[in-house]
Amino acid sequence: MTYRVGEAHSMGFQVFVPFSPWSWLLLLVALKCPEASSDLNESTNSTAQREPNVRFAAAGSEPDEKISVFALDYDYVQIPYEVTLWILLASLAKIGFHLYHRLPGLMPESCLLIIVGALVGAIIFGTDHKSPPVMDSSIYFLYLLPPIVLEGGYFMPTRPFFENIGSILWWAGLGALINAFGIGLSLYLICQIKAFGLSDVNLLQNLLFGSLISAVDPVAVLAVFEEARVNEPLYMMIFGEALLNDGISVNISAIEPLIVFMFSYLSYLAAETLYLSGILAITACAVTMKKYVEENVSQTSYTTIKYFMKMLSSVSETLIFIFMGVSTVGKNHEWNWAFICFTLVFCQIWRAISVFALFYVSNQFRTFPFSIKDQCIIFYSGVRGAGSFSLAFLLPLSLFPRKKMFVTATLVVIYFTVFIQGITIGPLVRYLDVKKTNKKESINEELHIRLMDHLKAGIEDVCGHWSHYQVRDKFKKFDHRYLRKILIRKNQPKSSIVSLYKKLEMKQAIEMVETGILSTAAFSVPCQAQRIHRIKRLSPEDVESMRDILTRNMYQVRQRTLSYNKYNLKPQTSEKQAKEILIRRQNTLRESMRKGHSLPWGKPAGTKNIRYLSFPYGRPQPAGRDTRVAELTDNDSSDSELPSIMFKAHSRAGILQESRLTQEIIPMKSLPRGGKPSHFGYQRNTSQEEHDGRGRRGALRPKPLFHAVDEEFESGEESGEETSAIRSRWSGEHRPTRQHHRSHSPLLQRK
Amino acid sequence: MRGVRRAPGIAGAGSRGPVSQASLLRLYHRFRALDRNKKGYLSRMDLQQIGALAVNPLGERIIDSFFPDGNLRLDFPGFVRVLAHFRPIDDEDPGIRDPKEPEPLNSRMNKLRFAFQLYDLDRDGKISRHEMLQVLRLMVGVQVTEEQLESIADRTVQEADEDGDGAVSFLEFTKSLEKMDIEQKMSIRILK
Repeated sequence: MTYRVGEAHSMGFQVFVPFSPWSWLLLLVALKCPEASSDLNESTNSTAQREPNVRFAAAGSEPDEKISVFALDYDYVQIPYEVTLWILLASLAKIGFHLYHRLPGLMPESCLLIIVGALVGAIIFGTDHKSPPVMDSSIYFLYLLPPIVLEGGYFMPTRPFFENIGSILWWAGLGALINAFGIGLSLYLICQIKAFGLSDVNLLQNLLFGSLISAVDPVAVLAVFEEARVNEPLYMMIFGEALLNDGISVNISAIEPLIVFMFSYLSYLAAETLYLSGILAITACAVTMKKYVEENVSQTSYTTIKYFMKMLSSVSETLIFIFMGVSTVGKNHEWNWAFICFTLVFCQIWRAISVFALFYVSNQFRTFPFSIKDQCIIFYSGVRGAGSFSLAFLLPLSLFPRKKMFVTATLVVIYFTVFIQGITIGPLVRYLDVKKTNKKESINEELHIRLMDHLKAGIEDVCGHWSHYQVRDKFKKFDHRYLRKILIRKNQPKSSIVSLYKKLEMKQAIEMVETGILSTAAFSVPCQAQRIHRIKRLSPEDVESMRDILTRNMYQVRQRTLSYNKYNLKPQTSEKQAKEILIRRQNTLRESMRKGHSLPWGKPAGTKNIRYLSFPYGRPQPAGRDTRVAELTDNDSSDSELPSIMFKAHSRAGILQESRLTQEIIPMKSLPRGGKPSHFGYQRNTSQEEHDGRGRRGALRPKPLFHAVDEEFESGEESGEETSAIRSRWSGEHRPTRQHHRSHSPLLQRK
Repeated sequence: MRGVRRAPGIAGAGSRGPVSQASLLRLYHRFRALDRNKKGYLSRMDLQQIGALAVNPLGERIIDSFFPDGNLRLDFPGFVRVLAHFRPIDDEDPGIRDPKEPEPLNSRMNKLRFAFQLYDLDRDGKISRHEMLQVLRLMVGVQVTEEQLESIADRTVQEADEDGDGAVSFLEFTKSLEKMDIEQKMSIRILK
């Protein structure tokens, strides 16, 4: 949760957050008071001004204006002031919401925003204040909507989206149509019944209403799904549906043509100019642009973009919700029992119909069909949100004489779905999952399950990612060969994992060179005397606590979708975990080398003590090595060159034993330049320990790691091309010095 | 080697083969992509360059499982053989399978054997307490103390060990996992 506060800080809100709800309320009221009192002040000011004017006028030609020492001109700043106030308020509410741990799991964030909005509305209504005209058609479409869509598109996990795109389009497109027409037609039939007094609502209006009410808001649902860790395809279905759904549903009326952030905005505007869906345009722009933007900008700019985008969309969403709350509390409602109830009922019925029917069809074509349980979840996740409300609010009164009724109905549906469905979907998902996790797993099972998950993730990485779609593969190839070369700069931004790795290596290199004895680092495995194996009777509490320890401390499996959550920018834990794993492995390898292990599965003789072997290489050429160290660690491309040396050493020595031991890259690297005798001597002494380890070390170097966290391409492919280019450069330089070494054959062959 | 429709060296490729025909082709492309120097086989290094494996706690062991018996080179049939363990189990097969044929690589037993050898480093057919401890160490964060790890390892072996020899044999391992859906846990959809 500190992350949450950190986010607030970076956004510039150095705010002390009071916890108690009462102080929240107090704060709210305090902020609102100036607005209320300003009205009074204005009236008194004007009356006060009139008298002196009269006096002055009588006195002669005095200027009409009075220059007063202190006056309150609220009208001038009303709009920006109030808008800012609302945004500030909602942000504080959000911070409080996330700081209190239990709440996000209980209810979606939309709930909170609606409540805040309703409160604000109540206050405004209570003080009889004329709220500024924030919401009109052009403001909504031009300013409020694009940031939300841009953010949605930018942070969408693209690979799963495109893998499931067939199902998504089928479901989103057809589903939206079925829902819209279904609801519209059913309501029309209801309206025909004279008893309800709805006969004046014609078919067109009903159909339009049906389409706007069927738009689903993904935000609420996804936030809760995060808690339940729903599986990936399901996730993508809902997310994809909502995203496309927004695009289809909002495009009802004619959209006024207009013109990172400006690029996307331009695309949005451009598409809108052509009367095409601006929302889909801005989504496509965000999705395509994201890859190249991420690779090109520096780390700080990247963060800035992300945060700014989040902020913009957050602001827009907030405004919409607050406005929704404001208009809830007010006089412009028309309550018609029949219409509203039937709307609710039909929404659910038609959603159920469309879900089950459409998925039945699409399951026939899918490799991995969605189970009934999944379909239930999709059905239940039909939470309406700000989108529907905005559309309802923007209905022109001329075409819709009974607009108020529609607005009321929309509000009811939104409130119902957000609060009731939003709050209960979490428990529902957990309940549906319960048959897997119901029985308490033994420690054995937990461990093995996690091991298998890691194993599966690892094997998947070995297989690489490929989809069933030829088009996508072709695009990837094209992109890789041409687009990336043009659009991406050569010096890549370094992620923190990469810089950590470099630091570790430098540190080790310096250590080795200076002392020849390695010191234990913080994470080294502590040595202990061999314990006598005894079988202990463990109480259930002990077992319980063990299980707890395991669950809490086991490393997480790499998530494909990076646990996308709209309100979390990046999963910090996975990066921390990755670093930890790297550091530990580094140290383990270093120590195993010291103990003189040859095989990884040899008897672990030396586990208990850490012996310091002096480096057999001795220090015949410390000076040489020093300079090499400096030179090589500076060189960015040093990583990729190592495998080639490694390979050469392997084939020459003909060592068949693989070991997990590592050795310093630097000294080995200096060998070719050092001359023949030392090289061979080196070989003999420390053969099996070093070679593989070196290769290992080299191979673990940054380039692929940079993509470790969010990988679009198979890292094998992309680093492959670059490193081979670099390697060819390097081997070209060093060929003369290696003439006397026999095994450059592999390298030469490759050329 | 370009444009090869049939990947070399895989006998009986087809629905009964180690993997399906389409997957075979894709795996071959992947094999070639991983093979940096176009040597025709993979070395450990090639696999180590897969970034995601480096930050997988079991990365090294997974790579080791591709190089059994101390081999240094991984050819394509070997590559496929390992990956075939992860093919989803085909539901229609069991009834038709010829008992004389060797068990398909992606059967439950074989999947379990594959997982077992991740633990059993010395290949003695048993997971000793020490081996269990090593695996635990790999998989758990640094904030867990050594004593806690040891007691967890103790407990793990104790739970599964039925004949009281202080180690978990393959059969005991299988038994402890009989309730688990191994077929699903160790299947990769793209290999179907």
